[in-house]
Amino acid sequence: MDALSLIQILESGLRLSVPLIFACLAGLWSEKSGIVDIGLEGKMLMAAFAAAVAAFMTGHAWIGVFAGMAASTLLGLLHGFASISQRGNQIISGVALNMLAAGLTALLGHVIFKQGGRSPPLEGAARLPELAFGQSAMSFLAIAAALLTALALARTRFGLRVRAAGENPAAVDNAGVSVTRLRYGAVILAGLLCGLAGATLSLGQAAGFLPMMTSGKGFVALAALIFAKWRAWPAFWTCFLFGLLDAIAIRLQGVALPGIGAIPVQAIQALPYLFTIVLLAGFMGRAVPPRAAGQPYVKER
Amino acid sequence: MRVHSDPGGTSPPAIVFDHIDKRFGAVHANRSIHLAIARGDIHALVGENGAGKSTLMSILFGFYQADSGRILIDGQESKITSPSDAIASGIGMVHQHFMLVEPMSVADNLMLGHEGGFALAGGRKALLAKLDALARDYDLTIEPDAIVSDLPVGLQQRVELLKSLVRDADILVLDEPTAVLTPGEADRLFALLRDLKARGKTIILITHKLREVMEIADRVSVLRQGACVGTYPIVDTNEAALAEAMIGRRVHMPERADTLADDEPLLTVEALCVRDARGGMAVKDVSLMVRPGEILGIAGVAGNGQTELLEALAGLRAATSGSIRFKNSDISHATPADLHALGIRHIPEDRLRYALAYPFAVWENCLIGADDEQGSLIARQTVMGDAARLMQAYDVRPADPLLRAGALSGGNQQKLVLGREIEQRPRLLLVGQPTRGVDIGAIAFIHRRLLDLRAQGVAILLVSVELDEILRLSDRILVMQEGRIAGERRAGETDERDLGLLMAGIA
Ligand SMILES: Nc1ncnc2c1ncn2[C@@H]1O[C@H](COP(=O)(O)OP(=O)(O)OP(=O)(O)O)[C@@H](O)[C@H]1O
Ligand SMILES: [Mg+2]
Repeated sequence: MDALSLIQILESGLRLSVPLIFACLAGLWSEKSGIVDIGLEGKMLMAAFAAAVAAFMTGHAWIGVFAGMAASTLLGLLHGFASISQRGNQIISGVALNMLAAGLTALLGHVIFKQGGRSPPLEGAARLPELAFGQSAMSFLAIAAALLTALALARTRFGLRVRAAGENPAAVDNAGVSVTRLRYGAVILAGLLCGLAGATLSLGQAAGFLPMMTSGKGFVALAALIFAKWRAWPAFWTCFLFGLLDAIAIRLQGVALPGIGAIPVQAIQALPYLFTIVLLAGFMGRAVPPRAAGQPYVKER
Repeated sequence: MRVHSDPGGTSPPAIVFDHIDKRFGAVHANRSIHLAIARGDIHALVGENGAGKSTLMSILFGFYQADSGRILIDGQESKITSPSDAIASGIGMVHQHFMLVEPMSVADNLMLGHEGGFALAGGRKALLAKLDALARDYDLTIEPDAIVSDLPVGLQQRVELLKSLVRDADILVLDEPTAVLTPGEADRLFALLRDLKARGKTIILITHKLREVMEIADRVSVLRQGACVGTYPIVDTNEAALAEAMIGRRVHMPERADTLADDEPLLTVEALCVRDARGGMAVKDVSLMVRPGEILGIAGVAGNGQTELLEALAGLRAATSGSIRFKNSDISHATPADLHALGIRHIPEDRLRYALAYPFAVWENCLIGADDEQGSLIARQTVMGDAARLMQAYDVRPADPLLRAGALSGGNQQKLVLGREIEQRPRLLLVGQPTRGVDIGAIAFIHRRLLDLRAQGVAILLVSVELDEILRLSDRILVMQEGRIAGERRAGETDERDLGLLMAGIA
């Protein structure tokens, strides 16, 4: 493999990892505050859809991005309402979110575009343009988001409180800080970040919305979060690694390996997922989630 | 009821609880409590388990809301609806169960809720300056970057106390602070409290140890079943009178009958070594044996390997070397289930983590470990009846088997676990800190039960940091120090001083 194609793989690896990075950071904020978020997938899908619709209607990619963030945040608030205000089960609420997003995008897709659920191809200003190194603005935003998340969690008042709320909400309450407000704050942040992830999918990587176009990326982001042990920079690098694997898989398609012959496309596409399982199963120490993650906060013993 | 105002009668009391009333469902936790705390006093609050002490303090701190009644601070009615109101009113609290974020640093814990701006860096600088000043004023040093979970309990409590002091609280509430401290640490805490008082702070101290009340308090109030039954200046009262006021009758501590068993040992431990959770050697080369009808007491300052020893014996922690035998069978690698089958029962130190499922009802908790005999289907009627009888027999209050185990006060949880394990008719009982956080009536009760078992020929291994308890119950006493047996004594041949020296590693 020559230097040129190495650079190409790195570039497309970063491109492919961008939605994962946003989604993983979204999960990080949510879970650090004590709210388990398996609805990343659904929020991303909803955002991808809303972004495509808005971009298609207005012809402006950035309006699409904001629409995506709004839609995903709305779903996030729904999750927040169920799990913070109503103290519901966060897993069930997350699953419901995923099903809701799958159903809504399919239904609305049919109604709006009448093209089997997909949007018409987006063109020109309705897509996110390449800025440099084969990357759209989203790639740089993702790096900035990782940097800001790491800084905010470690060095700011909000970050400190969020971390504490995920470990021992009673301590936060006793310090005179509202756990509810903090967790809503974190859930909203997660919504915004998932919105960026979804918009990247439909306005950057693809030229429009496709049914179920997230194809499990939300769950891969969750796996990356565990692998990164709920830390921002490791989360970034893990997602980048997954993106690289994706890029390599694409590159290997149709390439005949000596002695084996051409590898089936499906086998190559399964590679990142296989790798995730192997990594998770064997090659990492114990990953300890925030202690209060998944538990509604109730003032009782 | 007598309520004493401050001696000069000039300034209003620091706090007045004005007819505070609070219910949790059917439980009437505070019954119209009226109580005044004079400024600059150390005011003790005593009462049985479940008397409502922690509830009253949680209301003062804004954690719970009273159903009715008012709180006056310096004579002014103050609406305290959240902990931040309480903090703003100058109230600081050291909770019975610490409110600390364990994986975070001391500094982060101290700053939480009081960060001094958006970026932590500024607040941290101010905090460090404050800590320096406090260290100078009160001999209260702490490593700000230490992770809280790495600190021993005594230092965690110091962090909890510092939280109040860095916020300039002038009313301090300490809920059973000495329950987790060694005698030496408790002495140091009391010296600190006297220091704080000398600088004009008002202190409310909750404790079950009446000796401490007599030693340090200026006044004491007694709660019984949610009501305040009296407030007395310390000079007008004594331990016996307080105990009677708390319980409504006289308390008799049981005496140990002097029959020494000399049968074959039931439990034999040889050269046992056990690692702690962090991988350090916690138990070093410990050998011991317990005979039927004998109580072997293991004394020692908390954290000297007793916990790990007990866990290893109970099959909860693997021994790195050495052997454990029960009669003639080797149980070094037995699981808790194997030990159960042999009639070995364990009442863990940490009942919170190992003995009760908090969200479950009491009757369900009564089934844990007993389910084998019941068959696969639960006969709810029978079980419920058994649970009610158990609660009656072991004086668990309120005696309602449908209650969540988590809603019982600490002492009542302890009685429940004790009752459950004893009712399984053990042959060997392993007990850790059976009376931690338990009121004197319940202590007398638990001691009597343990002595009954001993009389029935049960072998008992008792781990306790309370020397009174060890001396009162044990036939033989081993002192553990830094994981080793520092000495063995027979009952009647030793006293607190002698054991204290062994514990400190001096003798
Ligand atoms: N959050 C709660 N929910 C339900 N019941 C509660 C709750 N908190 C306390 N109680 C009940 O209120 C009563 C008073 O409890 P409290 O914790 O104030 O007792 P305490 O005097 O502090 O006892 P201890 O000495 O055991 O700590 C008890 O019967 C307890 O079971
Ligand atoms: Mg209490």
